[in-house]
Amino acid sequence: MNSSAVSLREIVDSAVAEHHGKIGTLMPVLHSVQEKLGFVPSESVPMLAQSLNLSRAEIQGVIGFYHDFRTSPAGEHLIQLCRAEACQAMGSRDLELHAKQRLGIDFGETTEDGRFTLEPVYCLGNCACAPSVRINDGIHARVSTGSFDQLIDDLEAQE
Amino acid sequence: MSALKVFVPRDATACALGADAVADSILAGAKGRGIEIELVRNGSRGAFWLEPLVEVETESGRMAFGPVALADVPGLFESGFPGPADHALGLGPVDGIDWLASQQRLTFYRSGWTDPLSLDDYTRMGGYKGLKRALDLSSQAIVDEVKESGLRGRGGAAFPTGIKWQTVLDTPAEQKYIVCNADEGDSGTFADRLLMESDPFQLIEGMTIAGLAVGATEGFIYLRSEYPHCRRVLEEAIARASQANWLGEDIQGSGKAFKLELRIGAGAYICGEETSLLDSLEGKRGLIRFKPPLPAIEGLLGKPTVVNNVLSLGAISTILAEGAGYYRDFGTGRSRGTLTVQLAGNVRRGGLVEIPFGATLRELVEGYGGGTASGRPVRAIQVGGPLGAYLPESQWDVTLNYGALTDIGGMLGHGGIVVFDDTVDMAQQARFAMEFCAVESCGKCTPCRVGSVRGVEVIDRIVANQDREFNLKVLDDLCETMDKGSLCAMGGLTPMPVRSALKHFPADFGA
Repeated sequence: MNSSAVSLREIVDSAVAEHHGKIGTLMPVLHSVQEKLGFVPSESVPMLAQSLNLSRAEIQGVIGFYHDFRTSPAGEHLIQLCRAEACQAMGSRDLELHAKQRLGIDFGETTEDGRFTLEPVYCLGNCACAPSVRINDGIHARVSTGSFDQLIDDLEAQE
Repeated sequence: MSALKVFVPRDATACALGADAVADSILAGAKGRGIEIELVRNGSRGAFWLEPLVEVETESGRMAFGPVALADVPGLFESGFPGPADHALGLGPVDGIDWLASQQRLTFYRSGWTDPLSLDDYTRMGGYKGLKRALDLSSQAIVDEVKESGLRGRGGAAFPTGIKWQTVLDTPAEQKYIVCNADEGDSGTFADRLLMESDPFQLIEGMTIAGLAVGATEGFIYLRSEYPHCRRVLEEAIARASQANWLGEDIQGSGKAFKLELRIGAGAYICGEETSLLDSLEGKRGLIRFKPPLPAIEGLLGKPTVVNNVLSLGAISTILAEGAGYYRDFGTGRSRGTLTVQLAGNVRRGGLVEIPFGATLRELVEGYGGGTASGRPVRAIQVGGPLGAYLPESQWDVTLNYGALTDIGGMLGHGGIVVFDDTVDMAQQARFAMEFCAVESCGKCTPCRVGSVRGVEVIDRIVANQDREFNLKVLDDLCETMDKGSLCAMGGLTPMPVRSALKHFPADFGA
């Protein structure tokens, strides 16, 4: 417990140091913390408040405002389904139903084994080859229910 | 004999269609056959229906093959690739592909021809000519040039860019800023992404010129987090431009300074609105600000700030390089330059189309688009992003320019064209417009924050045929309140897709 608290402090300090002196430093700092830990732990909020001379409410407000910032860890693979119009025109509503069924979770949830988190996203800029799905940092085009299953099968086969 | 140059695009769409694996397979295939090649990851030309579009440099131009799937690569080699090859995917010289050849590429002039991260490629094709000229001009002379070009903001609002710049130039301050709005959140749009991934130095050059024009020494690109490929390209491009002294304290020994920083959003559509974007850049919740004061007078940290879209800033390098007249002469009326649209959704040949103003929506969707991908009839077309109108067939002969779309109750916006076939349920589309507004509203003003939630409910009641006449009236009132009472375009324009869907497709609402 003690050692993880120390390491969180170190992570926060190094994120703050990395972006020291920048305009609007809170956003880049939150991104850095999340890149390292996969989420922004609630314990980091008072540390950030102290380091950046902001109130805890301000920091909590920013974390809560943006869809990207997480307050708990995501699964091993973050799967984002595009729900926007261009993807709807190519069947994303059906894909969404299928994905939820296949993974057994709703948007915002993580599978019990911790492997997959499912989230909606509103446009990946791949609108000429819809529907689009983002898995971690990779984008996949013209995803059908079949190719979605294949993508999940491939990830499940990885150790 | 030097190695044959083979090109495989690196943009997000090409990669989403397997370009990385195709590139690896081509390298391995060439090695296995003892063929010496130089593989270049070029930018995409935006002909996304042909991606991955593989090209080979020959004495008679670049020969194109596409769309190349991983499974096609062995067959390509068997047919003689990368030498003269007779293959079913062969498209002949890339500049002979009619879909591309018939376009008029001004902003996307270099896209696909170059390695996006090669400064040599960039300058060889006219890059930095505009900045070199701007370094010898006064700030006022640069602003005058932009004003004369007739350039209007390409983000959607179509405000004259030169007038915005003049305001910033005329506002005295110790520090001014250039902010590029690269938060391209509209569904059906990818022009900004394509420009940044295929020709990033063009944006960097445009921003530097903007800095010289208004006396700003610092700039920010605010990029949405949904564009991870783009982020990598921009990070590297900024590093290389700085290394080569095209950015920094003393640009090319001129004594003039401009530094540029990339900032990443965090998944908030509203941050594409300029004042919300500025709050986000300041490290806060992305809330809308009241206007006035305009950002040009009190923007980032209260300082005079130019906030421009990627394509607006991209056009600047051409305007400075070739002169205001060159750019202006491409347009008609108050729409100058070229028309940049994106064909998306259920369309057979989707991608980036840059042509002279004057074409109709039907010509775009049927001509370039080739109809639907599903092969079914087109039923509705949404123009201008999620806040744009759904247009029925009776309106497809509208000319695509700012004025003509406004006249029929729509908007050109950022030029997204999303095609739907006859399986679409327009009541669901209207409902989604309200739902999206509810998800993405910044929450500052009541018509948007609450109106969107009530909008979803009332559309559900109409579809369920509960108190139909009454609820139609409620929806109309609600749309009126959002339209007139919202602080920004998010709440103010959400009624546009809702009302157009209801007006033109009443049967879908159970009428």
